[in-house]
Amino acid sequence: MTSSDRTVWDAIVIGGGHNGLICATLLAKGRRNVLLLEANAEMGGAARTEEFFPGFRDSTAHVLNRLHPEVVKALDLEELGLDLLRGASGSTFAPSVVLSKDGAPLTLHGAYGETLTGASAAEQAAWKDLRVQLLRYAGVLKPFLSRRPPEFGSRSPGGLAALGQAALAMKRLGREDMRDFLRVLLMNVHDLLDEQLSDDRLKGLLAFDAVLGSHLGPRSPTSLLGLYYRLAGEIGGAPGAQVVPKGGMGAVIATIRAAAEHAGVALCTGASVAKIVVESGRAVGLALASGEEIHADTIVSAVNPTTTLLTLVGAPLLDTGLVRKVKNIRMKGDVAKLNLALDGVPDFPGVAAQDLHGRLVIAPSPDHVERAFNPAKYGEFSPEPVMEITLPSLTDPSLAPQDGCILSANVQYAPYALKEGWETGKPKFLAAIMAQLEAHAPGIGRLARHAELLTPADIEVRYLMPGGHWHHGELQADQMLFSRPVSGWSGYDTPIERLYLAGAGSHPGGGISGLPGLNAARRILAARAER
Amino acid sequence: MNISTLKPSPTQVWQIAQSHFRTLRADTPFQPRIDAAAKTNEWYNWSGYRAPHSLWDEELEYFAIRSQAALFDISPMTKYRIEGPEAEAFCNRLTLRDVTRLKPGRVHYTAWCDDQGFVLDDGTLFRLSPDRFRLCCQGRHLPWLLDSAIGFTVRIGEETEQVAGLALQGPTSFAVLRDAGFAGIERLKPFDLADFAHESGAVTISRTGFTGDLGYELFVERELALPLWDRLMVAGQLHGIRPIGYAALDRARIEAGLIVANADFTAAQQAVRADRQRLPYEIGLGFMVDADKGHFNGRRAILDARAGKKLRYVLVGLEIEGNIPAEHAIVYHKKNREVGLVSAAIWAPTAKKSVAIASLRRPFGDLILDDLWVEIYAMRELRYERVMKRARIVPRPFIRLERRSATPPADF
Amino acid sequence: MKTWDVIVIGGGHNGLVNACYLQRAGLDVLVVEKNDWVGGAASSRELTPGFLYSNCSYVCSLFRPEIMRDLELPRFGLQVIAYEGGAVLTQDGDYLGNYRDHDAHRREFARFSKRDAEAYDRYARDVTRQCRFIQPLLMRTAPDPTSLKPRDLGELLYLGKKFAGLTAEEMALTLRFWTISISDFLDEYFETDVIKANFSISGIIGTALGPMSPGTAYVLLHHYMGEVDGSVGAWGYARGGMGAVTRALAASFQASGGTIRTGAEVEKVCVKSGKAKGVVFAGGEEIYGKLIVSNADVKRTFLKLVEEKELPDIFLRRVKNFKIRGSSGKVNIALDSMPEFPALPKDSPCLRGDLHFTDTVERMERAYDDWKAGRWSVDPFLDMMIPTTIDPTMAAPGKHFMSCFVQYAPPKVEGRDWTDADRDAFAETVISQIADYSPGFRDRIVHMEVRTPRELEAEVGLTEGNIFQGELTFDQLLFNRPVPGFAQYRSPVNGLYICGSSTHPGGGVMGAPGRNAAKEILRDLARSDHHMSPAHDVI
Repeated sequence: MTSSDRTVWDAIVIGGGHNGLICATLLAKGRRNVLLLEANAEMGGAARTEEFFPGFRDSTAHVLNRLHPEVVKALDLEELGLDLLRGASGSTFAPSVVLSKDGAPLTLHGAYGETLTGASAAEQAAWKDLRVQLLRYAGVLKPFLSRRPPEFGSRSPGGLAALGQAALAMKRLGREDMRDFLRVLLMNVHDLLDEQLSDDRLKGLLAFDAVLGSHLGPRSPTSLLGLYYRLAGEIGGAPGAQVVPKGGMGAVIATIRAAAEHAGVALCTGASVAKIVVESGRAVGLALASGEEIHADTIVSAVNPTTTLLTLVGAPLLDTGLVRKVKNIRMKGDVAKLNLALDGVPDFPGVAAQDLHGRLVIAPSPDHVERAFNPAKYGEFSPEPVMEITLPSLTDPSLAPQDGCILSANVQYAPYALKEGWETGKPKFLAAIMAQLEAHAPGIGRLARHAELLTPADIEVRYLMPGGHWHHGELQADQMLFSRPVSGWSGYDTPIERLYLAGAGSHPGGGISGLPGLNAARRILAARAER
Repeated sequence: MNISTLKPSPTQVWQIAQSHFRTLRADTPFQPRIDAAAKTNEWYNWSGYRAPHSLWDEELEYFAIRSQAALFDISPMTKYRIEGPEAEAFCNRLTLRDVTRLKPGRVHYTAWCDDQGFVLDDGTLFRLSPDRFRLCCQGRHLPWLLDSAIGFTVRIGEETEQVAGLALQGPTSFAVLRDAGFAGIERLKPFDLADFAHESGAVTISRTGFTGDLGYELFVERELALPLWDRLMVAGQLHGIRPIGYAALDRARIEAGLIVANADFTAAQQAVRADRQRLPYEIGLGFMVDADKGHFNGRRAILDARAGKKLRYVLVGLEIEGNIPAEHAIVYHKKNREVGLVSAAIWAPTAKKSVAIASLRRPFGDLILDDLWVEIYAMRELRYERVMKRARIVPRPFIRLERRSATPPADF
Repeated sequence: MKTWDVIVIGGGHNGLVNACYLQRAGLDVLVVEKNDWVGGAASSRELTPGFLYSNCSYVCSLFRPEIMRDLELPRFGLQVIAYEGGAVLTQDGDYLGNYRDHDAHRREFARFSKRDAEAYDRYARDVTRQCRFIQPLLMRTAPDPTSLKPRDLGELLYLGKKFAGLTAEEMALTLRFWTISISDFLDEYFETDVIKANFSISGIIGTALGPMSPGTAYVLLHHYMGEVDGSVGAWGYARGGMGAVTRALAASFQASGGTIRTGAEVEKVCVKSGKAKGVVFAGGEEIYGKLIVSNADVKRTFLKLVEEKELPDIFLRRVKNFKIRGSSGKVNIALDSMPEFPALPKDSPCLRGDLHFTDTVERMERAYDDWKAGRWSVDPFLDMMIPTTIDPTMAAPGKHFMSCFVQYAPPKVEGRDWTDADRDAFAETVISQIADYSPGFRDRIVHMEVRTPRELEAEVGLTEGNIFQGELTFDQLLFNRPVPGFAQYRSPVNGLYICGSSTHPGGGVMGAPGRNAAKEILRDLARSDHHMSPAHDVI
């Protein structure tokens, strides 16, 4: 890779997160000579597993619920050893348990609550109906995921096909369902839940899932889309399913990495890119932080779109209107990550032992989630945060020393720009989280040996994610599809010729789906064929 | 007396600053002199300023431009100060022309576009020193300039109110300046600029203008504005200097074939109807586009449109038979097919021709040049006299005056 | 016994507009109104001697000029006095003024930020472009996107063509407008808090949303649309209070031969074999009509006036799910002298417009948080005006009537009904906020009328006291308003129509729902609608 020969690499992919790896692999499979550069010493981005306390390791992403089947297939991940159906407890999908401070928990089993325990019979019936409805409606939006978004004006065949498929899927719903679909499309999740359910725990969980990772409360109009996005994901062909992967997220990344190596991608870690070299409007190579320059026919950036365009390319080479749009992408994270090193498995009263392998959620009611959201609007953290918890070491004992246990939690809401500053705010926020945990797992405080709390500001630094936003840009209606990352440039292209985007900042967004990487690779291969 | 009682309270300070609702049209720094010269009391709103439509006699004011020296207050022009080590690079990326070729002490006429290549405004860029520029234009663009500055080491400030401006135009304008004591003024070539001592400060004089005639533009701090006016009026007495209003200037500029934003084209940021936006090639500013200079705003869209033959309009100069001004007349091909619209037209008093600036829908005006007609509706005593006149596409300006560019200028 | 051609339930402005058009089409129309006066929420009442109150609706907004012309409202006494300005008073003793004059406006903004002053043109252009796209839809019946009827398809095609006529940039902006919050939208143009607060106002008035809620950018459009065709005074005071609007409508109606019966509360719409036959009054009296039109909101109409068994389940479910949320209250105040606002110059035109005291988006959003928790806002958002600065008919010289629209006020206080003590405490938040900006304000108060959602519902019959008869979120706009499948003013009951703000295009004293409903009714009766002006062109 030290060659200065301009033709050595067909493509260089910047960023070794899962999307970068997937995109690089597919380009290599398309007979391109591909180099992938990762700034960190390890591949995987936010999905990489790191030691946060001697003997304790965890990754920031901890649940797999949307790795797309086309990705699994295109990369032959199953052949390479990925077994998605074998989740935490060895054979089934991971359950979601809604913890309750002073009562029994409620548990969704199977693929997003195929069965529900801990609820009244009436509620179970209501949930059954709602679940079917949610999955059907989410299904209408599915055709959009694994394609370039439809674009205005250009009438790209792929985009039109997706629109056509969606229209057909909508028609197939039948008239009254289609009407309801159109009504609820941009609605808030809170209202929909109130219309159909009555158990606060169940509603709390759904509300939490709808807003997890975004700067919205359950009462915010359009928040239902978040739940659709979640349910448009599937694992092993089961919509809405989730697994805590065997061997942890690290195993998933290792498999994808193996696919990349297998396909012949040259992987290079510890290579920090300083600049994308542009000549007469065309990307021709990269300048590394080390000062070295590498040339390539095509540059693919699987890092954040703002970083790519404003830092690596630089505003002066772009048009002002685009610079404005990029700067206006909302990407201030609201989720903090807690890694807790424990001396033993904590006791969550009422939760069955096998369910501890699943996802434990503290979100007592939609109103509670909404109340937790309020302070985040003003740069304050929530005094009663809501969170989803996993205990990854139960699935992969190698993550913790013997008798030790890891608690991994995504905690919402923790605004990126805390008014008082995270330096003084962090201990206070950690105390609030621990108090919440203590209330749901009495005695957990005594087991805690070490707590690592990553605020969005920390996540920004550690994973080079501006705003610490795990979607690389709010996944809200106005930043989806043709508006992602910005309108006019939603199809992985950029105004710089032969520079492409392939990260979660592009359509369809974040979560470990691999779709931005997949779609981008297809786009790049097609564009190359056109040349 | 206690000093603190003299200091206005915050409320008082605000109330002074808030007085604009009482005087909706602001005064320029020259207003006392303009008001004294205003015999007709015909005013119009120029960017929020009370500006004279005419001062004493619209026709004679025009002839002051062409035969004597005319003084026109251009203070309402929007002015931006651009300075810093990357000011040149910034201007180069902002505007269409190659700013690296604009030497210090020079001015050029330029334009800038949005991402779609639509013209946001045209104006003059003054290079006051290697890293100091002044941009003069009609519209307001501060957010655009500031956002365009992201990634450049450059400071941008709006200085419309602080800097007063005068246009001194006409054959005797050089003599006026010379006699006013601006030593060395004879060395200024067209589009040159230089600083000259004035009172306690300086006045920046450029050999520029909007009349197609010999002329200068003078910029000065607002505090020194009135003495500058007086200095010129005294020196110009024997050279026939006259203050003028916009109507006279407008005639001169049409004769010179110069276009005005929001009169001859709609500035993109004001265009409520998106189809009214124009690319530089569609309003006769294609000559500014420098495809070789590196990135500039709208480059991709403009070059794509040019390459893909997606240009929809062309702006042309028309010479129309007869003597009836064709203002806002519809242009026809073969008398029946509507192909465009006249945006400005006059009976040119010096050229002695009926001339017009028109926008035509390509290929008319571009590939199809002949058999063009304008349909003039002339309101005469409550009746439209409708006439169809033949129009011929001619180069602009409609009148070429050697004295405009002769250096040193002749002493008329 | 007489059978009316049409009985209109409710004499609000939309009921009256509807009745006027039907009467002028040659039908014999009766308007029945439960109160002793007509006007619904657009009324003027002398609640204390010498002071005329616009006690609910307080501003003539967006009233469609086509309707004013058709119904000859100026001839029947309607005079609209345009706002001359408006202001947001700031906590540091200054204010941001809004002026009609473009340049004064710019200079005023420049006091806070030169950048923002010059950002206004692009903001205005973008908002105007969107309004131009949406405004023509106001006077059209929304198509049913699931229908294959030629008319619906034609209308969908019209929408599609209009949309296709936009540039790619405009389309993207249109879609953003439906989904983005007013706060995020403004962040893309302006940097100054008070300027953003100033523009946020139109994004939240009348809704149970805060300025940071997605979808509020659309609400802004709803408030701006009236100005597209340049109708001067799209926003203004009706001389004599808002009752002047409905008085003129009533006069126009009666002049064309219509009949109004006040003090007649409808208890039930009689339905026989799926067809509406008449109405029963509270006293038990029954009258008959061939057609019944309800000006009441959709919930009141179908959950209170019509028996459940007459309605299909799916329709009932959707009506129940329709969101009509009480979010605002009203404090009307009689003053014995003009209040002073030291921040404002005495000759400021802003005093003859709307004044506001929330100078940051955050304060407005926090006011909304209180509402979500089921409480009235501790630091409320006020839309305050003193119409008597320009209308001498509402109070004696030197005396003043002040109207304060207050947001947010929940329909129930922490889950229970409002009490009188709650009401007084609610009013106190308003008075104390004004008093912060107007020394001596309390001493000028002669009389005060406080309306919480409880009072609004009881008197005017607006469910939860919602001024728009239903939230203006996407799930309740166009073909979703009031409910999918019945967005064309008809109902599952033959001969029963709805014409209030619950229907497309929604609330405000606009008259469009009443007019559009009349058009549909005439269509069903195969009668001419030549007396109805087509919607003004937007070119």
